[in-house]
Amino acid sequence: MPQGGLTIYAVELENISKTFPGGVEANKNITLRIREGEVHGLLGENGAGKSTLMNILYGFLSKDTGRILIRGEEVELQSPQDAILRGVGMVHQHFKLIPPLTVTENVILGLEPVLKRLRAERLVETKHFSSLLPIDFRGAADRIRRIAEENGLHIDPDAKIQDISVGLQQRVEIIKTLYRNADIVILDEPTSVLTPQEVDDLFVTLEKFKEAGRTIILITHKLREPMVLADRISVLRDGELIGTVNKEDTSPEELARMMVGRPVVFRVEKGPANPGGVVLAIKDLTVQDKRGITAVRGINLEVKAGEILGIAGVEGNGQTELVEAIAGLLKSREGNILLNGKDITGLDPREVREAGVSHIPEDRHRRGLILGFTIAENSTLGRHHRAPFAMGPGRQVLDLSEADGITEALVDTYSIKVSDIHSLASTLSGGNQQKVIVARELSANPKLILAAQPTRGLDVGATEYIHNVLVSMRDEGAAILLVSAELDEIMSVSDRIAVIFDGQIVAVKEPEATTAEELGLLMAGHKQDQSSAEAVV
Amino acid sequence: MQTGDPMLELMGWLLKATLQMATPLVLTALGGMFSERTGVVNIGLEGMMLVGAFSAVAGTYYVGSPWLGLIIAVIAGGALAGAHAIVCVKFKGNHIVSGTGIILFGLGSTTLGLQVVWGKQGLSDSVERIPEVVIPQLRDVPMLGTAFGSLSPIIYFMFIITALSWYVLYRTPFGLRMRAAGEDPSTLDAAGVSVEWTRIVGVVLSGALAGLGGAYLSIGFENAFGKGMTAGKGFIALAALIFGNWTPIGCFLAGLFFGFVTGLQFIFPILIPELVTLTNLVKILPYALVIVALAGIRRSIPPKGIAVPYEKEVRV
Repeated sequence: MPQGGLTIYAVELENISKTFPGGVEANKNITLRIREGEVHGLLGENGAGKSTLMNILYGFLSKDTGRILIRGEEVELQSPQDAILRGVGMVHQHFKLIPPLTVTENVILGLEPVLKRLRAERLVETKHFSSLLPIDFRGAADRIRRIAEENGLHIDPDAKIQDISVGLQQRVEIIKTLYRNADIVILDEPTSVLTPQEVDDLFVTLEKFKEAGRTIILITHKLREPMVLADRISVLRDGELIGTVNKEDTSPEELARMMVGRPVVFRVEKGPANPGGVVLAIKDLTVQDKRGITAVRGINLEVKAGEILGIAGVEGNGQTELVEAIAGLLKSREGNILLNGKDITGLDPREVREAGVSHIPEDRHRRGLILGFTIAENSTLGRHHRAPFAMGPGRQVLDLSEADGITEALVDTYSIKVSDIHSLASTLSGGNQQKVIVARELSANPKLILAAQPTRGLDVGATEYIHNVLVSMRDEGAAILLVSAELDEIMSVSDRIAVIFDGQIVAVKEPEATTAEELGLLMAGHKQDQSSAEAVV
Repeated sequence: MQTGDPMLELMGWLLKATLQMATPLVLTALGGMFSERTGVVNIGLEGMMLVGAFSAVAGTYYVGSPWLGLIIAVIAGGALAGAHAIVCVKFKGNHIVSGTGIILFGLGSTTLGLQVVWGKQGLSDSVERIPEVVIPQLRDVPMLGTAFGSLSPIIYFMFIITALSWYVLYRTPFGLRMRAAGEDPSTLDAAGVSVEWTRIVGVVLSGALAGLGGAYLSIGFENAFGKGMTAGKGFIALAALIFGNWTPIGCFLAGLFFGFVTGLQFIFPILIPELVTLTNLVKILPYALVIVALAGIRRSIPPKGIAVPYEKEVRV
């Protein structure tokens, strides 16, 4: 960076603190300065406060204390409008797009151009009565096309968001910031939903932004990304700024240590697998998703006792449907699912559970827990109708004291941090919620464990814990099907890796005999013999 | 009135009855649309209609002009909706509970108003109606003359407001913002537009249109206010809104359909004299048809963010 006496800062955040209603301290006295024209990586684990800090800069959240300066000028941001007018744009992790509306409608929302000949000259923003003038849809679409062309972001302005891919949706989000002339662009975990190829495209776009002199803030929890793109990297942990380093002066190991607060073991400690007989056998399984689109196309798989089979793949390639079909939550169209040789195809979820299958669902709020129930109640779910949780004639009455005792034991064994087993599941942190599910599912002595994204959104400590539990269940002879979007997790936990692409298993690999690059290519749909092609980041 | 082919005359009469029955439904359904497309459930339409119907008569009674009465009705409906908006949007109250309160308030306050203004319990004094638009050239044309020869101007307003609603919702910045508020308020907020303001305007607009629909009943169709005179039309309008899939054209067509079915009940006893003794059964018919229609349609898709209060300061 040019260091001529006075550095120009695009953004200065001084002593920012933020506590959410409910008492979570997301930002603690953070002071962060972003230089004009740099790519600044904001690194930290989930829940470290990165998104909160940037949403404060975007005017989307209010700060409790502190000052914000944009280009040296102190600002009070009442709403995102104030930030947008000062050139700040943000691509949110969960896109701020409305599916039934078109690309154009989504891009112009909030800054709609109205037909000029009807508009009084002095009105600049569309406010009050000018917001009842007709929108200049054609002019807007032309401008979007021009912006798209200039930046190599091809898009059809008339397409509806619900009809385009996630990668294209992200383009729309980026075009939205350009449409608003943003020169300070915040990207919140932009790669989490992209295929490796789309990540490459995004990085090319960001390089272009940098050349055009835009300031970029890249929020991420992945070490690789800021090491590729950023000039400087700031690390947040537990709402505090740990430090800011130049890329040249640091290493992934140092960054990881800053993120976690202790040296990180990147690999899971585990002995060699000792596979026994086949527990789960899937034969020519075809499954349609809820919209009736074929998501799983003739999959054949075997998982043996005492082995962890990892399914690697970009989300949306049929993993979800595969797991839900085995768990009985989705009906399969064709094919068979055998558990220890017994056909369990088409059984309902309870029957599948009784047959010895445990399921750690990918969406812990929708499928895993009832947030409005207590921890004790959640711990009995799925087994509440059987001894020892149910008693009396026909097992129609819950034995609450028995349930409490068992829950206490689970909380102890799995070191779940709870104040009281009768507090609501919604009061737990994400990691502890996940532990409640894991404890419940694994305590049922399953023959087969379906673990879908078991560590999503968890910090390193909880992740390590869950990995260790899975490995020890494996060592006790359970068959484990692990589905994960994190390649690192797949590579370090699995004994065998199956790559899923477009509803089919395209390769099965030993973790020792493959690389992240090769798996990345397979996940993106490259054929195996093309793996000599350019490696992806 | 010319005596032409009685069958043609009957058709013309049915057409007119359809328009008359449909107008309050369409206006109120369009109102409900503005509320629900911004994300606020409005089951209080019935109450807003009642207050509109009462205010129109009371306003005309005091001011002496039915046109001013009409404006007063629109303002009164909008004001009552404003209360709903404040409860639902500002204080994030439950939309159904607030809407129920609006219905009960509408019924209670207008009954009390009858007593206070005219000292009566069932029916107000007669007031001047909004004069009908007479098209002399059309009067003598068979069927068309019966249907369109003399209609309340509010019926013409209904057509204009339908077109205007479509324009506002789909062609203006404000309409885009309303649609966004109902689908995903957080996205609208991130785009720098106030969700609260957008929703409040949508709800107030719904009350103003429901007030207009109510005013049509009392000073367009009738010339007095009767206790509970909306008789569930606010709910039928709500059904028309859902049947019409929350779109302006849908509301319009659904309102016309329900109006037509209501008009049929007057026609049936004329066509089939045996039915005269079964008047009450015939009166059920439109409502039964409404249920059949609602059960038979494809699934309506409500706005995604409907009935969900928008919480700004949550961890995202």
